[in-house]
Amino acid sequence: MPSEHNTTQELSTASGLKYADIKSKDVAHLFLHHHDVVSSHLVPGLHVDTKPHKDGIFVTIQVEKNVHIGKPVHMCFGMLPKTGVQHIYMQAIIESGAHLDVIAHCTFPNAVNVKHLMDATITVEDHAHYAYFERHVHGENGGIQVIPRSHITVKDHGHFSSEFELLKGRVGSIDIEYETTCHAHGVLEMNARINGRKDDVIKINEIGHLVGPYARGVLTSRVAVRDQAQANIYNKITASAAYARGHVDCKEIIQGQGIAKATPIVEVSHPKAHVTHEASLGSVDSKQLQTLMARGLTEDDATDLIIDGLLS
Amino acid sequence: MGILEIDNVSLTLGGKQILHHVNVDIWEGHVHAIVGPNGAGKSTLASVIMGLAGYRDIEGRIQFNNKDITSLSIDQRARLGITLGWQEPARYEGLTVRSFLQAAAHTKDVDFDTYLNQVGLSCEDYLDRAVDKTLSGGERKKIELASILAMDPQVIMLDEPDSGIDVGTLEKMFEVIKELKKKGTTVIFITHSLAVLRQADHAFLMCHGEIIEKNTADKIIPYFEDRCIPCPHKNIPDKEEAQRAIRA
Repeated sequence: MPSEHNTTQELSTASGLKYADIKSKDVAHLFLHHHDVVSSHLVPGLHVDTKPHKDGIFVTIQVEKNVHIGKPVHMCFGMLPKTGVQHIYMQAIIESGAHLDVIAHCTFPNAVNVKHLMDATITVEDHAHYAYFERHVHGENGGIQVIPRSHITVKDHGHFSSEFELLKGRVGSIDIEYETTCHAHGVLEMNARINGRKDDVIKINEIGHLVGPYARGVLTSRVAVRDQAQANIYNKITASAAYARGHVDCKEIIQGQGIAKATPIVEVSHPKAHVTHEASLGSVDSKQLQTLMARGLTEDDATDLIIDGLLS
Repeated sequence: MGILEIDNVSLTLGGKQILHHVNVDIWEGHVHAIVGPNGAGKSTLASVIMGLAGYRDIEGRIQFNNKDITSLSIDQRARLGITLGWQEPARYEGLTVRSFLQAAAHTKDVDFDTYLNQVGLSCEDYLDRAVDKTLSGGERKKIELASILAMDPQVIMLDEPDSGIDVGTLEKMFEVIKELKKKGTTVIFITHSLAVLRQADHAFLMCHGEIIEKNTADKIIPYFEDRCIPCPHKNIPDKEEAQRAIRA
């Protein structure tokens, strides 16, 4: 339908995604505008179903056993109107030995009073791989609430990674809660990079449970808050099996009246497990800043460059 | 006429006087060494010249090209043409070598090949790497020097330039310094290394926050070699004895 095509084009443009990139037959995609599928294309071994659910849309994703989806699947979740609610209920199953990379473009360029909610249950079966890169593109109004909730299970030798990026436009209010359980030899990596300003509010609550022997997990947060923006980061790893290894790494830079809180929690209940954490909050590192200023950058330009690097 | 003049500069930090009436004239297009044992105040003097945080509240005056820069900020001094290479260069998470050099050059159109090759690095291996903990101290030192070359300042201060780098790289760096000198760039080494001191035309022997002698590097080298490595009088200068010995 022409209107769906136009919506797809508009979402693509706003998200910075080149429409040509998803035209190829071997590139799968799913475009959701509000609760409507405006464009989709699948490749062999990948199944995506959608249906209305409660106050939103239910999306199931399944990758068949031992199928490697060669090119990243593009998913665009967004809304073009200034107001509204998008609520996505997602269930993803990456079957045994399968491989899936997803690039999600969450695009809300005009939001004045928009709420984007995601409730996801993800299962990465044994020896499967699932990488989920979620890039948010927001407008300059800051009138958006982003509330993603995910429960992820990584079975033996599975690999799950998520990367949440919100660097363009205003954050508005974001409240992330991800909880992952990782079984024997499984790997989980969760990374969030968010740039807050004005009165943006950022809450990240990421928890990783390393329950199987040799499970490994890393939680990384990189957040900048300027003006009156606030960030509250709660990262927790528990390790309850032999040779489980985990690390929590949180870095927040504050400028102006920004406020940052970080709570890295590590909990180990097996004598052969090992979990470490590091957290750094505050202004830009003085030596970094002065080095760039000694090359002639102003303090503001040097600060921007350091923050850009940190969030890159 | 000096391009940079440190005029009767004293600095007190935490109630302790660190620099005592320091006078230094830096000549345009020459290579200088501020030399002395650990704790002599060499790096402090470099920090004062660059105007780093905590080193601005001085007595005395600093002039650059006959302009009083004592009250200028770091970036203002840098934009006039002074820069500093740190003994232990900073690490930047996520900031690529490409961006680092572009920032120093103040343009995106940078001849990366030339600057990286001059310090013994290749674009292919380094341009898109971050200037972070994945690089060794020596690699970061080379990248910092490349950034200084990209900036193309009039006066370059290098704090302990041989620290953390291998002999081959040091030789390469000395070649770079010779080229800089040829094109008229002024270099100031902050060092306690004889190898570095030997590259200088002029040297300022510093001890206990004082310049106890200024002379050609050739004159300073024998004294420094005999009397400062190690320092026999625990960094308390016998100024007259030093001057007699060096000038003999």
